[in-house]
Amino acid sequence: MPQPEDELYQERILEHYEEPFHRGHCARATHVDEDDNPLCGDVVRVELAIDPSGRIGEAYFDGDGCCISQAAASMLIEQMEGKTVDDVKKFHAQDMLDLFGAKLTPNRQKCCLLSWRVLQKAVHSPVADGPASNGKESP
Amino acid sequence: MSTIDVVLPLDPDALRADFPILAREIYPGVPLVYLDNAATTQRPRQVIQTIVDVYEQQYANVHRGIHWLSDQSTDLFEEAREKVRAFINAATREQVIFTNGTTEGINLVARSWGDANLRTDDEILLTEMEHHSNVVPWQQLAERSGAVLRYIPLTDDGLLRMDLLPELLTERTKIVAVAAISNVLGTINPVAEIIRQAHAVGALVLVDAAQSVPHMTTDVQALDVDFLVFSGHKMLGPSGVGILYGRLELLEAMPPFLGGGSMIRRVKLEGFEPADLPAKFEAGTPPIVSAIGLGTAIDYLQQVGLPAIHEYERLLTVRAHQVLESVGGVHLLGPAPEHKGGIVSFTLEGIHAHDIAQLLDRQGIAVRAGHHCAMPLHKRLGISASARASFYFYNTLAEVEHLGQALAEAKRIFRKK
Repeated sequence: MPQPEDELYQERILEHYEEPFHRGHCARATHVDEDDNPLCGDVVRVELAIDPSGRIGEAYFDGDGCCISQAAASMLIEQMEGKTVDDVKKFHAQDMLDLFGAKLTPNRQKCCLLSWRVLQKAVHSPVADGPASNGKESP
Repeated sequence: MSTIDVVLPLDPDALRADFPILAREIYPGVPLVYLDNAATTQRPRQVIQTIVDVYEQQYANVHRGIHWLSDQSTDLFEEAREKVRAFINAATREQVIFTNGTTEGINLVARSWGDANLRTDDEILLTEMEHHSNVVPWQQLAERSGAVLRYIPLTDDGLLRMDLLPELLTERTKIVAVAAISNVLGTINPVAEIIRQAHAVGALVLVDAAQSVPHMTTDVQALDVDFLVFSGHKMLGPSGVGILYGRLELLEAMPPFLGGGSMIRRVKLEGFEPADLPAKFEAGTPPIVSAIGLGTAIDYLQQVGLPAIHEYERLLTVRAHQVLESVGGVHLLGPAPEHKGGIVSFTLEGIHAHDIAQLLDRQGIAVRAGHHCAMPLHKRLGISASARASFYFYNTLAEVEHLGQALAEAKRIFRKK
């Protein structure tokens, strides 16, 4: 049986899953990206409002998937709001796994890293026609 | 509820003694409950012993050496082919081709028969419940040939819309490819009726029997099927071996699939002459020991009896439906148990399939979670993933009860707050 700190379905993780931070759309998003894990069907979309100085003023996510993928997205978005694009680039995969905390098998690491992957791409994905009024339809 | 009063068609506890892996604990004090048999089954010690014996005593390449070991190995390999022939009641051994699995068998037909016979605007008829391995090779064939793919739709409870079959089958339909049993829904499809109607318009039928051959009697002559494919590892055999059965005149007319050793009669610098069946479709060194192990697996299955296996798995499925329905929030996929093999897929409200699988795993229960290589089907059902429990004759009613208890426990973890 797993130790408490390794426990996958610990209170902290379930709380992020059931009451996520900033799940929804960013009305003044400047940067958006979305991806999925085809293996399990997890989807995460990240919407960011990045101001001209490179600071992430607002960060939101939306998605669908397992507890790990959605709780990880919530933790990551909470962590990154207010940080800079450079901070995001310096936030490596291992930092994401550390932020998540619980020990994950390689298969479940993919779930945890989905939102991190999307965030890394999102800072390079400006919205074509300026800030989006709302999120696009999910596939 | 009194469920233990039923007289079982076989003795699972006695049979389990033949499967060393079923006796192990996966975590301290947590015994394995293996419910992922649609992905692959476990092997009895008889099959494992055959593999050991062949490698220790009789192994050499087949159909090659003029030496004692090669003769031994060849005899065992061809004996295995004969066991497969009898098991599916094929008329001749030439119609039993060793492949490396169901996927290769379908690709072989799509490449060899498909490229030689399909033209622009010909139609290939599939169903919405097919495994990717019975979709993608046909999509590739459609790309190469200009043929068009059509799909038999499903009812909401996972049966084929047989009422639409007469209008989907036309003189343009050249082949119908259908699973005998859905690997997700468990639906037993009316393949004999599909074959009858397809033949009436001149279309051939390939049956993906990966989920049916291990669990119920198969008679290719009675079915009148044109091609039938299955895998050894889903029926107690080693991985890496599968079977393509084909109608003799079709296999004779088809060009070779892979080129190489064994599949030729003679080779000159300017070209080659293919070998006779079955060697024509068995290029390279075949999965020798896997095929021989499959022969032993067939002996074992014959001894247990396919009718008893089918009947017993039906009992497990009926009970699984009852047990899962009693766990609130479970949504069962597919039809009622009387239309099903031993496959029960489900979703649980508010908990993703991967979380279900992970929580079941800590109680020792192995199930599959995800799209089970059937993404179009999951899209049709409006879900991204499901969890699947799939049975074999060595599973017990107690294990089914355990599954229900473990799911109830999973729900408690998610509803703690």
